[in-house]
Amino acid sequence: MAFGLSFRAGVVSLLLLAALLLVWQGATSGFGGSSSSLPAGMDPEYAKLMGLTATSGKSAVPSPVEIGAQLVTLLSDPFYDKGPNDKGLGIQLGYSLGRVLLGYAFAVLLAIPLGFLIGMSPLMSRALDPFIQVLKPISPLAWMPLALYTIKDSNTSAIFVIFICSVWPMLINTAFGVAGVRKEWLNVARTLEVGPLKRAFTIILPAAAPTILTGMRISIGIAWLVIVAAEMLVGGTGIGYFVWNEWNNLSITNVIIAILVIGVTGMALDQILAAVARLVTFPE
Amino acid sequence: MTTPAPGARYVSIEGINRRYAAPGGRTTTVFSDLWFSMNKGDFACIIGHSGCGKTTVLNILAGLDKPDGGAAIMDGRAIEGPSLDRAVIFQSHALLPWRTVLGNVSYAVSSRHRDWSREKVRAHALRFIELVGLKGAEHKRPSELSGGMKQRVGIARALSIEPKMMLMDEPFSALDALTRGTLQDEVRRICLETGQTVFMITHDVDEAIYLADRIVLMTNGPEAVVAEIVDNPLPRDRRRLDIHKQPDFYAVRNHLIDFLVERSKTFKSALPRGYDHRHPPVIRPTADRISPPGGDARAA
Repeated sequence: MAFGLSFRAGVVSLLLLAALLLVWQGATSGFGGSSSSLPAGMDPEYAKLMGLTATSGKSAVPSPVEIGAQLVTLLSDPFYDKGPNDKGLGIQLGYSLGRVLLGYAFAVLLAIPLGFLIGMSPLMSRALDPFIQVLKPISPLAWMPLALYTIKDSNTSAIFVIFICSVWPMLINTAFGVAGVRKEWLNVARTLEVGPLKRAFTIILPAAAPTILTGMRISIGIAWLVIVAAEMLVGGTGIGYFVWNEWNNLSITNVIIAILVIGVTGMALDQILAAVARLVTFPE
Repeated sequence: MTTPAPGARYVSIEGINRRYAAPGGRTTTVFSDLWFSMNKGDFACIIGHSGCGKTTVLNILAGLDKPDGGAAIMDGRAIEGPSLDRAVIFQSHALLPWRTVLGNVSYAVSSRHRDWSREKVRAHALRFIELVGLKGAEHKRPSELSGGMKQRVGIARALSIEPKMMLMDEPFSALDALTRGTLQDEVRRICLETGQTVFMITHDVDEAIYLADRIVLMTNGPEAVVAEIVDNPLPRDRRRLDIHKQPDFYAVRNHLIDFLVERSKTFKSALPRGYDHRHPPVIRPTADRISPPGGDARAA
């Protein structure tokens, strides 16, 4: 073949995107009528009731072209702030990212040391297992009322919810990775009389790093999923609040744009961690 | 620290036994009352079928395992745990895959000499990488090396800490015949040059004859015993090239093969008269005669 696989895959992706946009454009552009001339045989009362949907076949769902135009408008000034209900897309995204990164950072600080402890100590592994098994399946949003009641601050509560949902995959993967470090590598450290702290950093951490990073990657994905829902609940700022606010404004265009931005941001977060994972992965 | 009494061996295993829990609440005795000793600079091979506890003996010498009774002593001190005095060459080479060749050897060097500067550690590591013939590959990762090269790194790592004793657990068993031969030559050369004391597990009779001064024969497990210690009659300057033309070669070889095929199974059920766990018979099979068991049992 003259072209590589990734090139061909890229071409297919672009074709699929083009097809999707075309169908979307076709489905939303209507049959070109106008409100002044009714289609033959249509009751004027009905036309009035149904609006553009009846007279020109146009839907309230915006076309890709309209979305593109609005996207350019929003992105040309992403950081304006005209009061509580009118902030730029960039500001809203920044609030969400800030909450996610803060909650995630706290989760890293707890999950990785605790995962080391669980992975290295069979006793702690057994002792903590019931807690993890019970706490892990709880939907992060179920913590929200309790968080709001105890913390009494909606922003901190959202960060707490991110923390609690990020902690489990990291904790479990760290413990799994640490417990699974090959005995022969540990024996190498033992025969070289390497102390426990140096052993943790020079043998266990690099050996478990790929597994830990997998957990961190799962966690950032979940955190980004949860922040949107959490911000819909707590309100005020953030991309999740933006979605809900634009729904209340019945601006489907802005809702769709927010969905796109959420998707692209989530992908970027995942790719950053994937790049870090590649750095610590070692071929055997 | 006590200085070893005159005449005491450099390494001695004194009546060790090892038991494992078996299903049904019983215990399996891998071996019991095992005695065996080595002089400084000895190259000893231990031969026996799987399950006779060879690796357990090696792990006890390494300090990675503890005997349930008895003691292992090196240079006048009981072996209580792993030590930089004893380097282990693992069957699976056990290189750290996230480190380069130089990184793997340096890790050992810097563990040995914690006060050394980075440059000093590096220079020392490079010297041993060169010794095993890996000059030019020091920045490669283990995944980029062949099996033979990996084991060379393992050997360089073990030598670089300049241990009092080297413990090798079937170091060449995962290699192809050609690579195995070259590595055996080099290990023999290095050990002779440095006067290294070596304890090695092997399944390969020819490898044992080529490398070892003394070959420890273990009966089948469980409850394995040291059947006898074969004193290698071949000259010290033997070469792989013509080892099979040495007059005593086939006498030793046949003796070892006979043991592995037949006597390793039957030895325990009919212990020779006067068999003493503390002093297993020392045999020196030569072309004209085989020194009888129970003769001079302490002869080296």
